[in-house]
Amino acid sequence: MTSVLESLNQGLHAAFAQDARVYLIGEDLLDPYGGAFKVSRNLSTQYPDRVWTSPVSEAAIAGVGAGMALRGLRPVVELMFGDFSTLVADQLINSITKFPAMYNGAAQVPVVIRTPMGGRRGYGPTHSQTLEKLYLGVPGLRVLAPNTLSDPGDLLRRAILEQNDPVLFVENKVLYPKQVLDNAALADFEIQASTQDFAPTHTLRLKGAPRPALTLTAYGYMAELAREALTRLAFEHEIFCELVVPTQLAPLPAGGGLQPALQASLQHSGRLLTIEEGTYSLGWGAEQLARAAQHFGGRLQAARRVAAAEAPIPAARNLEDAALPTLEDIISAAREMV
Amino acid sequence: MSDDAALYTQLATIRRFEETVLDAFPKGAFYGTTHTYIGQEANAAGVLAHLHDGDLVFSNHRCHGHFLAYGGDARALFAELMGKATGVCGGIGGSQHLHWKNFYSNGVLGSTAPIAVGAALAEKRKGSQAVTVLFLGDGAMGEGVVYESLNIASLWGAPVLFVVENNHIAQTTPTELAMAGSLAGRFAAFNIPAVELDSSDAREIYAAAGQEFAQLRSTPGPRALILHTARFGPHSKGDDTRDPAFIEELRATRDPLTIHGARLEESERTAIEAEVDSAIAAAYAQAEADPLPEHAAYVKAGY
Ligand SMILES: Cc1ncc(C[n+]2csc(CCOP(=O)(O)OP(=O)(O)O)c2C)c(N)n1
Ligand SMILES: [Mg+2]
Repeated sequence: MTSVLESLNQGLHAAFAQDARVYLIGEDLLDPYGGAFKVSRNLSTQYPDRVWTSPVSEAAIAGVGAGMALRGLRPVVELMFGDFSTLVADQLINSITKFPAMYNGAAQVPVVIRTPMGGRRGYGPTHSQTLEKLYLGVPGLRVLAPNTLSDPGDLLRRAILEQNDPVLFVENKVLYPKQVLDNAALADFEIQASTQDFAPTHTLRLKGAPRPALTLTAYGYMAELAREALTRLAFEHEIFCELVVPTQLAPLPAGGGLQPALQASLQHSGRLLTIEEGTYSLGWGAEQLARAAQHFGGRLQAARRVAAAEAPIPAARNLEDAALPTLEDIISAAREMV
Repeated sequence: MSDDAALYTQLATIRRFEETVLDAFPKGAFYGTTHTYIGQEANAAGVLAHLHDGDLVFSNHRCHGHFLAYGGDARALFAELMGKATGVCGGIGGSQHLHWKNFYSNGVLGSTAPIAVGAALAEKRKGSQAVTVLFLGDGAMGEGVVYESLNIASLWGAPVLFVVENNHIAQTTPTELAMAGSLAGRFAAFNIPAVELDSSDAREIYAAAGQEFAQLRSTPGPRALILHTARFGPHSKGDDTRDPAFIEELRATRDPLTIHGARLEESERTAIEAEVDSAIAAAYAQAEADPLPEHAAYVKAGY
């Protein structure tokens, strides 16, 4: 079995091996350290001239990556914590995603900015956030979030080598030690894999379960909790759900439509519960629910969100647990909907 | 054409283009905003005359002069300001957002610094001989990302020529109110060799820039050229807060066209001016007749 961390590391190694245009820029990248979360381990040893450990200058390394991408390379920029993406926001919003369109299609900026996000590690208000919602809806930005249902490293490798759009690649920290699930680990589930534009989406239901009464949708680490909730809801409450797990958070289908897998699931469940680790209002879940309402109108019988409290994420364990969405939150929201 | 005549043609082209912009704006010919280069023409002409094929230029909001000196087409630039399909960027970028060949500009002050450094490093890694020129104003030197970029450029040996055009003002704010320390000191802090010049003479700037380019092409690492200069026009349009008498004095003492034009025979100078006037008038007329971009296609292309 492979952990998400190992898989991502393998994905980077594969991209480096496959294409000499791939570079990595970030803080504290050199071995034996290999980056703060070790995703970049052994790269500086194997590719010393293509791994550039940088000063603590997030805006500049994002810009340097952008300039390299503009001139035909395939750089990856590692941000040590997703919380620091705010320092990169100008580069991302006013340069990286602007150039392709504002230069009338004559420029491409295929840079991948990858970063850990998320809490449950006690790092406190400025090192625990799930900030990708700030970047969802930036035109021209592709936001990807791996999970344990499909190969995270392969998604990263493809984002680096096959994607001409700039990519924000969001890795939930708690996912790193989790195993990428194989068929045996998922033996209880009936799984449908589909592709949303560029990236995989998975739809799960328990084998032999009756027609689902509720659709859950979650990405990243929250998909782990949602999967557990799905099983418990079935066995403890006889509520049968289907879980839709996308890896592409943006862009969403043009014209306001739902991702096809989510639409298909809602077609038979008619109820949608969105689950995310970002704060409650104005977020990813809100957009899914708005699209579901727009598409299904009165046929959408119930709609709810589970998300983080609208407060800084506290450092104390019990406070952090209270601020972030839990398994119990998902189960009780689902029970209120069916 | 002699070098002096060619240089004068450049200066006159930029001047005439910008005067046309300021004349036509109040008549509703353009849409949006603009920042003219009047008074600073010798910088672009003197510096960019040293470009080789393949070299890169990153410019800022005050980019028309840089673009024209780079070899950009006046009609395409007028068309861009008019929001026409034939504009440099099909009317999407407007006055401050140009890209043609290896020329890129962005109106977000300082944001181009790391991008220019990254582009220069990419060229170096690809083994191209290209060097990169980055134009910054004195005001842009207030942005933190510029210093991150100077640090990285120096550390990683990026072949970038940082050209600071210090016109002593940023929009309405005099440099004394915005900058502690010196420009040269800023580059010295990062071990980036800097040459400073206070001149509106295109030949002098050409000579100084020539040495910088020679060094840049033969020795590793970035360099800087600090050009003290004078902005004659408003920051944008009709928004000059300075004493008109002061601007008159600048025009009388620091006009690059007067200074360099004096080197030409009167007849040659007027012939060049007549030629430039008619070329710019023709470019303007062509742009005016050009079609608007397809708006339905634009919205559809975005997701
Ligand atoms: C990040 C950012 N802040 C503010 C502005 C608004 N603005 C446009 S030009 C300008 C002054 C620029 O001064 P300077 O860099 O000296 O260039 P100059 O206009 O003198 O050529 C300002 C404040 C901007 N474009 N970008
Ligand atoms: Mg200025």
